[in-house]
Amino acid sequence: MRRALKLLGLGLLLAVQAVANAATPATVPDTIEQRVAACIACHGREGATTNAGYFPRLAGKPAGYLFNQLVSFRDGRRFNSDMAYMVQHLSDAYLREMAEYFAGLQLPYPPVSSVSDATPEQLQRGRQLVREGDAAHGIPACVQCHGAALTGVQPAIPGLLGLPRLYVSSQLGAWLTNERHAMAPDCMADIGRRMSTADINAVASWLAVQPMPADTRPAASLPAPLPVKCGGMPAK
Amino acid sequence: MKLRHLAWLLLALIVFGAVAAGTIVAMNLRGEDPLPAQAEAFQSTPQLVERGRYLALAGNCAGCHTTRGGEPYAGGMPIETPFGTVYSSNLTPDDKAGIGGWSSAHFWRAMHNGRSKDGRLLYPAFPYPSFTQVTREDSDAIYAYLRTVPPSAVANREHRLSFPYDTQAALAVWRALSFKPEPFVANAGKPAEWNRGAYLVNGLGHCIACHGSRNSLGATETKLGLSGGLIAVENWYAPSLTDPHEAGVADWPPADVVALLKNGVAPRGSVMGPMADVVFSSTQYLSEADLTAMASYLKDLPDAAKAEAPATAATKAPIRRDAGTMARGAKIYDQRCAYCHGDQGQGAAGAYPPLAGNRAVNMARPTNLIQVIAHGGFLPSTSGNPRPYGMPPFGQTLDAAEVAAVLTYVRGSWGNDSPPVTQLDTMRR
Repeated sequence: MRRALKLLGLGLLLAVQAVANAATPATVPDTIEQRVAACIACHGREGATTNAGYFPRLAGKPAGYLFNQLVSFRDGRRFNSDMAYMVQHLSDAYLREMAEYFAGLQLPYPPVSSVSDATPEQLQRGRQLVREGDAAHGIPACVQCHGAALTGVQPAIPGLLGLPRLYVSSQLGAWLTNERHAMAPDCMADIGRRMSTADINAVASWLAVQPMPADTRPAASLPAPLPVKCGGMPAK
Repeated sequence: MKLRHLAWLLLALIVFGAVAAGTIVAMNLRGEDPLPAQAEAFQSTPQLVERGRYLALAGNCAGCHTTRGGEPYAGGMPIETPFGTVYSSNLTPDDKAGIGGWSSAHFWRAMHNGRSKDGRLLYPAFPYPSFTQVTREDSDAIYAYLRTVPPSAVANREHRLSFPYDTQAALAVWRALSFKPEPFVANAGKPAEWNRGAYLVNGLGHCIACHGSRNSLGATETKLGLSGGLIAVENWYAPSLTDPHEAGVADWPPADVVALLKNGVAPRGSVMGPMADVVFSSTQYLSEADLTAMASYLKDLPDAAKAEAPATAATKAPIRRDAGTMARGAKIYDQRCAYCHGDQGQGAAGAYPPLAGNRAVNMARPTNLIQVIAHGGFLPSTSGNPRPYGMPPFGQTLDAAEVAAVLTYVRGSWGNDSPPVTQLDTMRR
């Protein structure tokens, strides 16, 4: 009996192979998931990279934020040659659909390592900038815009947790060196320029070791008006 | 006595120099109408503006004159050439920065003769060797349209060319050798549709700027036609439109040619790289009638393969491939490519192109394959293919040896029989 099953299995396997060998074009699902499969090569399956490397996680970020970034890569406000290449010939409507797909994915986050080579002073400075800002230098606290839990705010402010430290520091650095832009008024560029490289390193280091809160979803709305004017936000 | 000889020689040289300079100047003035003494009042109508908007799309003017995310037609885009960088100019009706002070005659002289309002000769990065065929009527329509775009104060940037290419004298010599203003002449033996296609392909479409070969002076070689060319600096190969083994469409149904230009994808091919730019910003907006006309002309281009000696194929030596490279290529293919392109290179209908029997895979030059692997990309979003499937970039995951191995495998499997790709190929510029 077992032998018969084995033979049957082998027969099935051969049949499957024969079909494959005929080399007729396969059909793939007509889904947005399949259409954006190219993104997972860098951003991980379902856009949920770990925070170990460089590529930022896409899953669960606010759709408006993701859409603004895709358009900025296409229109030359953000520079990353791979990203510019990928989106250069895509319409607003399609980029919106991609953004909404990734925004809609609520996937568990991998555990965050609390190990860091940053000094306690650096982590303390990072925590201070994130929670309180630096009024003397005109730097608002991150939590004022990115949500009390730092998971972002709908529809267009990104969360800051669960991201690679390298990614966060390079983005803040890109604002400092005028290499990343957003729609005018470019509030993060103004803030980024007020930060020193030590500040940037401190913020990125502290953010990278924060555990994810129980509810990782972006906040539905801001508790108070934004402390600065930002472009790319929906008109009230 | 000797001194007298020297004087004669000097005189002869001066006379020769003067005649040569005079000839070059005269050749640069060939076919140039004098500007009207007084700028004529230009009569524009909404219809003319709309026609001009359409023709500006057909010529993909914005492709060079609008930067990514920049103000429309404000110029400033760097165009890299082997001679240096040329910056596109501001075409908006701004009086100072743009062409607000130009008359329609000035604009026509730029299009037809390659001369700017101030009399300067223009660099042929502006493809006036093609635009010279555009009619005055169409030139006026584009002029009328450009007067309606929002004026932009973005100042023109100085070109950055190396000596002597940065001199007007060098440009004058180049033009004397390589450029003659010529109106489009219809071929009386061909139907009107074919002639309309020829006018669009060879005039506004300036297809030869990429699909033609260039001589050492950077001039497109009209005699060789659309027989393919390497796009300098960008490092993409614009395949021959006359060769059935490259991108010739003689045996395609006309509707498929129209589909390729309108949607970016057709049953036997799709567009990537610079041609994706062209479809995305130009041809997708053209009328069915104009695209059909272009198809009619392109299908009728002389067949380059037939013109060659027919015996060469039979005497071709079998291609040898290194077994180790093939094995490494097969492994990379299974890991990175088979998920979409299939384990037999069969592709997936409507989503991922087959690699088996694909002429883009089997072209003599592997340039484009190397680019596609490095950068990936999506086909352009068009009304006929609004949500294209995509390919990831592998430039950071595969090194030169791996790219060469996987391409050698793809070009030598499932009936494909094209030469191996070497690491050197992946570094060629």
